[in-house]
Amino acid sequence: MIDQAPALIVVIPLLAALFITVIGVYKPRLSWILTVLTFVITSIFTIITLKQVVVIGPVYYMFGNWPAPFGIEFVIDHLNALIIAMISIVALLVAIYSKHDVKKELGDKIPHFYSLFTLLVTGLLGITMTGDAFNLYVLLEVSALTSYALLALSKGRAYIATFNYLIMGTIGACFYLLGVGYLLINTGSLNMADIATIINANTYSYAVLAAFLFIMIGMWTKMALFPLHGWLPNVYTYAPTSTSCLLAPLMTKVSVYVMLRMMTSVFNYDYIFNVLQWQQVIVALAVLAILAGSILAFRQDNLKRMLTYLIVAEIGYMVGGAWLGNVNGFTGASYHIIADGFMTLCLFLAIGCIIYKIGDSSLASMKGIFKKMPLTMVGFLIGAFSMIGIPPTCGFFSKWYLLSGAYEAGAWPFFVALLVSSLVNAILFFRIIEVGYFHALPEEEPNHNHPKHKRDEAPLSMIIPLLTTAGLLIGIGIYTADIVTYLIRPFINTFL
Amino acid sequence: MQTFTSFLPAAIVLTSFIGSVAVFFTKKNQNLREVWTFITAAINIVLLFRMAKWILAGNTYTYHIAEVLPGLPLFFNVDGFGMLFAFVAGSLWIVTSLYSIGYMRPLKEHAQTRYFACFALAISATMGVAFSGNVLTMYVFYEILSLSTYPLVTHHQDNEARGGGRKYLTFLLTTSIGFALPAMIITYLNTGTLTFSNAGIFSQTADPTLLLVLLLLFLFGFAKSGIMPFHVWLPGAMVAPTPVSALLHAVAVVKVGVFCVLRILTGVFGIDLLSSTSLSTVVCVIASITVIVSSLIALTQDNLKRRLAFSTVGQLSYIVLGAGIATMYGVMGSMTHIAMHAFGKITLFFCAGAIYVATGKKYISQMVGLGKQMPITMIAFLIGSMSVIGLPLTGGIISKWYMVLGAMDSGRIWILIVYLISSLLNAAYFFPIVYNAFFCKEEDSQYPNKIKEAPLPALIPPVLTAIGTFLLFIYPELFLNFAKVAVGVSK
Repeated sequence: MIDQAPALIVVIPLLAALFITVIGVYKPRLSWILTVLTFVITSIFTIITLKQVVVIGPVYYMFGNWPAPFGIEFVIDHLNALIIAMISIVALLVAIYSKHDVKKELGDKIPHFYSLFTLLVTGLLGITMTGDAFNLYVLLEVSALTSYALLALSKGRAYIATFNYLIMGTIGACFYLLGVGYLLINTGSLNMADIATIINANTYSYAVLAAFLFIMIGMWTKMALFPLHGWLPNVYTYAPTSTSCLLAPLMTKVSVYVMLRMMTSVFNYDYIFNVLQWQQVIVALAVLAILAGSILAFRQDNLKRMLTYLIVAEIGYMVGGAWLGNVNGFTGASYHIIADGFMTLCLFLAIGCIIYKIGDSSLASMKGIFKKMPLTMVGFLIGAFSMIGIPPTCGFFSKWYLLSGAYEAGAWPFFVALLVSSLVNAILFFRIIEVGYFHALPEEEPNHNHPKHKRDEAPLSMIIPLLTTAGLLIGIGIYTADIVTYLIRPFINTFL
Repeated sequence: MQTFTSFLPAAIVLTSFIGSVAVFFTKKNQNLREVWTFITAAINIVLLFRMAKWILAGNTYTYHIAEVLPGLPLFFNVDGFGMLFAFVAGSLWIVTSLYSIGYMRPLKEHAQTRYFACFALAISATMGVAFSGNVLTMYVFYEILSLSTYPLVTHHQDNEARGGGRKYLTFLLTTSIGFALPAMIITYLNTGTLTFSNAGIFSQTADPTLLLVLLLLFLFGFAKSGIMPFHVWLPGAMVAPTPVSALLHAVAVVKVGVFCVLRILTGVFGIDLLSSTSLSTVVCVIASITVIVSSLIALTQDNLKRRLAFSTVGQLSYIVLGAGIATMYGVMGSMTHIAMHAFGKITLFFCAGAIYVATGKKYISQMVGLGKQMPITMIAFLIGSMSVIGLPLTGGIISKWYMVLGAMDSGRIWILIVYLISSLLNAAYFFPIVYNAFFCKEEDSQYPNKIKEAPLPALIPPVLTAIGTFLLFIYPELFLNFAKVAVGVSK
C-alpha cells in the first residue's frame, strides 16, 4: 500500500471526483463528506510520503511499471514532497471550510462544485509530482480547465474575469507546450531527468534556449508575474469565496514550483546563471512586481481585492529569490511557496468568514469587526503579521532568507523592495486593524460606554480551518530550521 | 563562572504571559482580574530573586527555546545586565499596576480588561528582551512589545489616540523592519553568529564602512530608544492614559529601546572595537545632539506630559552616550542609569497623573500654587526631578557619576561639557514647576490653601517610587552590582 502512495495521491481524488458527480445527483449532501474524506486520506498519504522522502530519499514511481524514459514517472523528491503536503492540507482545510459557504453561495450546484474541486486538486498534485514534461502539460490543463469552470459557477462580473483568465491561461499553457515541443525535437525525450542528461550544458543550442524561454514565459503568465498579472485580481475578487480560498493559495504557487523544477531539474542551473546571465533582468522584473503589487494593493478599498494585489507582490518575492542564483535566495523562494500558500489561505479564509457574515469586504464594513467576530479576527491578525513578516510567523523567515540571498547577490533593489513591501503590508493591515478594532460598530454611538455587543461569529466549520491555518503559520515558522535542513537544503545540494 | 541551563528565565516570561491570558478571561470580575496581575508580578519577583544570587556570583542562566533557523536558535541567556533590567521592569510593574487601578477606576475608563491584559503581555515581552541571548531573540520580543503596546497607546479610541497610535506603530515598525532587520541579517552573514558576547562578534579587521553602516542601522533601527530624528512617536504616544505613559517611559518601551542599543553596542560590536575605532565618536555625537536638542525642546513645552516626554528622549540618549563612550565606567554608568532614570521618571509621571486625577489639569501654567493643595505629590515630584537632573540624595547622581568618570577616562572633555549643559537644562525645565507650585505669591496661586491629594492608589505609588529613588542613593549596589557583573568588574 505504502509503495503505491505516489499513485494513490492522485488516483484517490480523481476517482472521488467522478464518484461525487454520480452520487451528487442522488444525494447532494454526501458530496461534502466525500470530499473531506478524500482529502483526509490524501493528506495522510502525502505526509507518509514526505516522511519517507526525509528518511530514505526521493521516491520514484513508474506507472504501469514502464521504466523511466519510456513510461510516465512520478518523482517525489525533497522539494515537491513538501509542496504536495501543502496542497493536500490546503485542500482539506478549504473542503471543510466550504460546507456552509457553498450551500449559501452556490445552492443547487453543490455536487458540481465538489467534483470540480477534487479534480482541480488532482491536477495540482499531479503537476507537482510528475517527472514527465508533457504529462505536466496535461495536468496543467486539467487544473486550468477545472478552475475556469469553478470560477464560472459564480455570477455577474465573474464571467468576464474568467474569460479573461481563460485566454491568458491558455496562452500560458501554449507557451509551455511550445517549449516542451522544442525539447522533444532536441532530445527525443519527455522525461525530465532524461532530458537533463541528454542536453549537455556546454552545447546548448538556440533551440534549447528557445525551449527554456517559452517554458519560462508560459509559467510567468500562469503565475501572474508582473506585467503579466492583469488577469489575476479580477478572477480572485469575483470568484465564490470557497473557490478563491482554494485557488489563491495554490494555483500561482504551483506555477512557481514548475518554474523552480524547470530551472533546476530540466535545465542546468549553472548554465542559466553563468552563461545566460538573465538574472539581472528577471530580478528587476521581480522588483517591479513587488513594488507594483504593493502600490496597487494600497489603492484598494476592498479587502479581497487588496489581497489579490498582494499575491502579485508575493510572486515577485519568489521569482526574485529563485533568480538570485544563490543558496539563500533559492531557499527563500522554495520556503516561501509553503509560507505564502498558508499565509494567503489564512487571509482568504478570514475574509471569507467576514463576507459570509456581512456580505461585503470593503474597508468601511470592517468597523467594529473585532467585537463582532473576534475569532475570525485572531486568524486574520496572525495572517497579517505573517504577511508583514513579524516573527515567529513563517513570513518572517522567508523574508530572512530572501534578504540574505539578496545581500549575498548584491541585489540591492530587490533587498530594498522586500523591505518596502513589508512596510506597505504593515500599513495596509494596520489600517484595517485600526478600523476594525478602534472604530465603533456602525449602529453604535461613538461614546465610551460600549453597550453589549452581539457576537456574531461564522460557523465552527469555517472558524476551525481558519484557526488551524493560523496555527500552522506559527508552527511552520518555529520549525523553519527543520524544513530547511531536512528538505530544502538536500534538494539544493543536488544541483549546486 | 558557570552557566546554568534552567527553565527559570522562560518561566518568568511565561508567567506574565499566562497572567495576561488569565486577565483576559476574568473580565467579568474586576477584583479577581486585578489579583491576577499582582500574583504574576509577585511570582516574577520571587523568581528573579532566585536567579539574582547566582547571577551576582558571576554565573549566567541559559534556556534554549527553539532552533528556528539552522544554527540560529531562539534562546535566553541571563547575565547581569539582563537581570538589572528585568528587576527594574518587574518591580516597577507592581507599582504601576497599583497605580493603574487608582487611575483607571475613578476615571471610569473603558476597556480596562484589554488594558491590563496588554500591560501584562508587554511585561512578558520586556522580560523576553531582557533575557535574550542573541539579536534574533531580542528582535522577536522587541516586535511583540511594539504590537502589544499599540492597543495601550490607542486606548482612548478617539481621533487623537488613533493618530498617536498610528505614529507609534509607523515609526517603530518602519525602523525595526527597515533598519534593524537588514542590519541583523547583514551582521549574521558577515560573522556567522548573532550571540552576544562581551568581546563583540566582529573581527578587528572588519570593513570599517560596513561597521559604520551597521552601527547606524542598529542605532536608528531600535527606535524605541528615541534617538533623534526617530523620537517623534514618543511625544505622540502621550495621548495614552498616564499609567501607560509611565509604563512606556519608565518600565517597558523606551527602556527596551536603550537596552537593545546597549546590548548591540556592548554585545555585538564590543567595547574594544568601539573604542579602537571612530565608531565610539559617532555614537557619542549622535547621542549628544539628541541630549541637547531634546532638552531645549522640553523647555518650551507647557503640557506637563509632553515636557516629561522630551525629558525622556534626552535621558535615553544619556544612556546611549554613556555606552558610546566605550569605557568600563561609562558602560556601567549607563546600565545603572536605566534603573535610576526609571525610578525617577516613573515618579514624575505618577505625579503628573495624580495631578490630573485630583484637579484635571494638564498644563504647567495651570500648576502655580499647586504645592498648597497637593504637597506630598509635589515633594515626590521634586525628588523625581532631582534624580533626573542628577543631584545628590537621589539615585540619579550615582549613575551620572560613573558616566562622567567614563567620559574622563576616554579623555573626551566635550562629553563632560555635554553632561554639564544638559544637567543645567534639566534643572531649568524642572525646577520652575516645583518652585511655582510652592513659592508663588499668594495672589498668583490658582489653588485653595487646603490639602486635597489624589485618591490613595494614585498617591501611594509616587511616594513609593520617590522613596525608592532616595534609597537608591544610599544603596546603589542593588543595581550597580549587576552592572559590575555585566561588564566584568570584580566587586
